[in-house]
Amino acid sequence: MKIEVTAGDGVSILRYKSERLDAHNSEVLKLKIKELFEGGAKNVLVDLAEVRFIDSSGLGALVSGFKNAVAYKGALALSGFQDQVRSMFELTRLNRVFDIYVSEEEALAALTGKK
Amino acid sequence: MGKKVLKLDLKVPNQTRYLELVGRIGEDLARELKKKGEEAETLAQHLNVVLTEAMANAIRHAHEDDPDKTVQISISLSDEELLIRVYDHGPGFDFDAACAQDPEQLEEHGRGIYIIRCLMDTVVYRQTQDYNVLEMWKKLR
Repeated sequence: MKIEVTAGDGVSILRYKSERLDAHNSEVLKLKIKELFEGGAKNVLVDLAEVRFIDSSGLGALVSGFKNAVAYKGALALSGFQDQVRSMFELTRLNRVFDIYVSEEEALAALTGKK
Repeated sequence: MGKKVLKLDLKVPNQTRYLELVGRIGEDLARELKKKGEEAETLAQHLNVVLTEAMANAIRHAHEDDPDKTVQISISLSDEELLIRVYDHGPGFDFDAACAQDPEQLEEHGRGIYIIRCLMDTVVYRQTQDYNVLEMWKKLR
């Protein structure tokens, strides 16, 4: 599993480069998001374009990220949902909690106010 | 249960690294059942999720991440329904409390059983003297 982080234009982008986000690897993502907010990031975008499978632990890692965003007065956005990821967010109604964008580009435009 | 078509018994180390393997078995089984099309893909995704959630639950909550333990999984398939059983040999977990969780509460944990109950038709957790078993049925017709 690989996580790529790039920072720029007021947004830290975290790209999760693996097909599965489950109980085996969600802790790494959770800690990485926390680390970004602790390090002073205000806007964090997690791109899940490569994820074709997420479970409740993966959702939990993102909920933890959302809570960190609130605690540090920042924002966490998500992008690049494949079908299974979208349906898991809908099933758990977490789609009502997160700001979700179709693509990284759309999310960046919204987060940087350059829409 | 109708005419028995297939039975699979798996014994998997109590380690999350095997979640993917078990989930894929569920996906392959769904594709074998439905052959092709959108319906097959939906069932494949659902079985992957259900097996992953049930096994992760046994690993984390019933077996407390002990890597030397084993999770036993049995998949029975008839022409009418699918039954997945996931056994654990620990103190078990509080099924009723897991069912009572409100998925809209922003908790980090506790969505696994809710998700399984959404995707399967009947879900029961039985505790016996020798083992505990999470039984999950899905009608196939």
